[in-house]
Amino acid sequence: MAASTNTIEQVQELADDKYKYGFVTDIESETAPKGLNEDIVRFISAKKNEPEWLLKWRLKAFKYWLTMPEPKWSKVTHDPIDYQDAYYYSAPKSMSDGPKSLDEVDPELIATYEKLGIPLKEQEMLSGVAVDAVFDSVSVATTFKAKLEEVGVIFCPMSEALEKCPDLVKKYLGTVVPYTDNKHATLNSAVFTDGSFVYIPPGVRCPMELSTYFRINAANTGQFERTLIIADKDSYVSYLEGCTAPMRDEHQLHAAVVELIALDDAEIKYSTIQNWYPGDENGRGGIFNFVTKRGICKGRNSKISWTQVETGAAITWKYPSCILQGDNSVGEFYSIAITNNYQQADTGTKMIHLGKNTKSKIISKGISAGHANQTYRGLVRMSAKAENARNFTQCDSLLIGDQCGAHTVPYIESKNKTAIVEHEATTSTISEDQLFYLRQRGIPPEAAVALVVNGFCREVLQQLPMEFAVEAQKLVGISLEGSVG
Amino acid sequence: MEIKTLNKKAKEKVMLEIKNLHVSVDGNEILKGIDLSVQPGEIHAIMGPNGSGKSTLSHVIAGRDGYEITGGRIVFQGEDLSGMEPEERAAKGIFLAFQYPVEIPGVANTTFMKEALNAIRRYHGEDELDAMQFVKIMRQKTKELGISDDMLKRAVNVGFSGGEKKRNEILQMAILNPTLAVLDETDSGLDIDALKIVAEGVNKMRSPERSILLITHYQRLLDYIVPDKVHVLAHGRIQRTGGKELALELEEKGYAEFGEAAA
Repeated sequence: MAASTNTIEQVQELADDKYKYGFVTDIESETAPKGLNEDIVRFISAKKNEPEWLLKWRLKAFKYWLTMPEPKWSKVTHDPIDYQDAYYYSAPKSMSDGPKSLDEVDPELIATYEKLGIPLKEQEMLSGVAVDAVFDSVSVATTFKAKLEEVGVIFCPMSEALEKCPDLVKKYLGTVVPYTDNKHATLNSAVFTDGSFVYIPPGVRCPMELSTYFRINAANTGQFERTLIIADKDSYVSYLEGCTAPMRDEHQLHAAVVELIALDDAEIKYSTIQNWYPGDENGRGGIFNFVTKRGICKGRNSKISWTQVETGAAITWKYPSCILQGDNSVGEFYSIAITNNYQQADTGTKMIHLGKNTKSKIISKGISAGHANQTYRGLVRMSAKAENARNFTQCDSLLIGDQCGAHTVPYIESKNKTAIVEHEATTSTISEDQLFYLRQRGIPPEAAVALVVNGFCREVLQQLPMEFAVEAQKLVGISLEGSVG
Repeated sequence: MEIKTLNKKAKEKVMLEIKNLHVSVDGNEILKGIDLSVQPGEIHAIMGPNGSGKSTLSHVIAGRDGYEITGGRIVFQGEDLSGMEPEERAAKGIFLAFQYPVEIPGVANTTFMKEALNAIRRYHGEDELDAMQFVKIMRQKTKELGISDDMLKRAVNVGFSGGEKKRNEILQMAILNPTLAVLDETDSGLDIDALKIVAEGVNKMRSPERSILLITHYQRLLDYIVPDKVHVLAHGRIQRTGGKELALELEEKGYAEFGEAAA
């Protein structure tokens, strides 16, 4: 393990990296050498003082990964990913000592968050949102712990959870997304570095929104988050994940895994605002966002609701899904995907109905502008035992300009005669009449487009927690800048 | 809270001066030399048969794409409008009430109007209004116009009846407080009660600093809004100009005199 020999040189390299609009925090990364092999997997596991079972699991995943082909079925194109040309571990060096409070956190790190609009201290006081901030794969600060501990909620970095409640992690990790699931999820299983762990005890309604901001900082470092949320019987939690990333020329791979488990009568609401760097207007650079998100409604009357606002990344490949195992369980998927310039998105959901009287609802709003291409891909499966199961799907596409594309690929499988599946789809454009009407009232073209698009997305925006809805609306406007003459 | 978008010099200048205006759409000449002069405070009615170029005139004043000015010019308060974007004309005080108001699904009327008013305020370097300040103005205007607050929450023109759409145009006009309002066939498709409400709204907006251009096919709107001048537009030209009595004459004789069958 020649792990840290080249660190200084690498850090120098990173600092010299040219970029125009982003900013890079100069923090001494403790970076594993480039490339991916069994040693790297062992290095990561050792760095995190992981138990033996987890190392074994990682190694199984790694071996399996070597045999897997790249998923080819999605409607996205990119050059082959050179997995040997990336770093798989990078931690801010000051973390080795382990800050006990915000005061101990590297001030430069805090400054970076402030540039991103995440002043932890202010949030602590003002907004009542607990932030488990993930910076280059290692969580550096967690707020509101005391308040959450009072009600028995565990909200901490995955690495901490392995010390605090290893049995819970062991019991549930990989049960919703097995390490054999797909190439990207398998890679994550082998090399994941951190992410959030949430456990809500029986009968507890989590007293605040739980929120994590992700940010990629060190150049060429893949980000492999792993999040696990368990809502025990009759509990409730709302979780929000938001991302921003600095300017980059090289493509960066982001292959996260999120697993949700809802037991009897429990409810999990998971919201995402994804604003990774999308590449420039010519399609150069940008993040590859290959994410596997899946929840299981394990218990009766449980509910999982996904809401996503996907505006960033050069390529988005994600299908937040629900396995509706418990009788009367409910799965929901609300999605806004915006692609501009040369962005590509292939996104949707899978609703797997196993239990009786299970219900699912899919509302997907896709907006394409510039040369962007976007696909809604969804599966609704009614299994033989899913008596009286119901699904409603609404899939709307909005096209801006005449160079972009929208595609809808709904798969419906029903093995139960009592199940009812509904699918509605529309495709529309922003009409010249609408634009002229708004401009005649004094609204400039870009603001007019943002207004129409916000209206188009309203049903989904309404699903977001209040404090993030405003941010999301602004993001909708920003992502479409330059989309009209 | 009064919105100051009125030009203080409005009184001294001609509000709208159209000189020998020629306009083509897709290579077809629709307006063939229009001359029109509107003073501040005046209401002019432009009447004419279908296809005479009435709507073209309203759209070209508002600056819609696709209308090519091949000759002549439009001067608004001393400023040539050619090449000016629609939103800039709006900010300078030109308002067009649409013949067919456009639906904007998912966007609440209040959101739309706040966005519009603040865009215009930004243009003039004024502070934007926050939600509370704006709602105050909106409430005051709906009260004046006898429009139910329910209409404010609904998405712009979506599921509105014909009458509601036109009332919504008048409400927008009242909020944006323009110096020149062009009403394009605002009376079309309205029953008599709706027509009265709309006319009342327009009459309330009458002021010495504001001019109104009423574009209409029928005389009946002019029973409720009395114009200073009436122009007959046919074949892309103003064929006759007169006082309010000209409208009555048209009502009786139709447009036959101008080479069109009475509608």
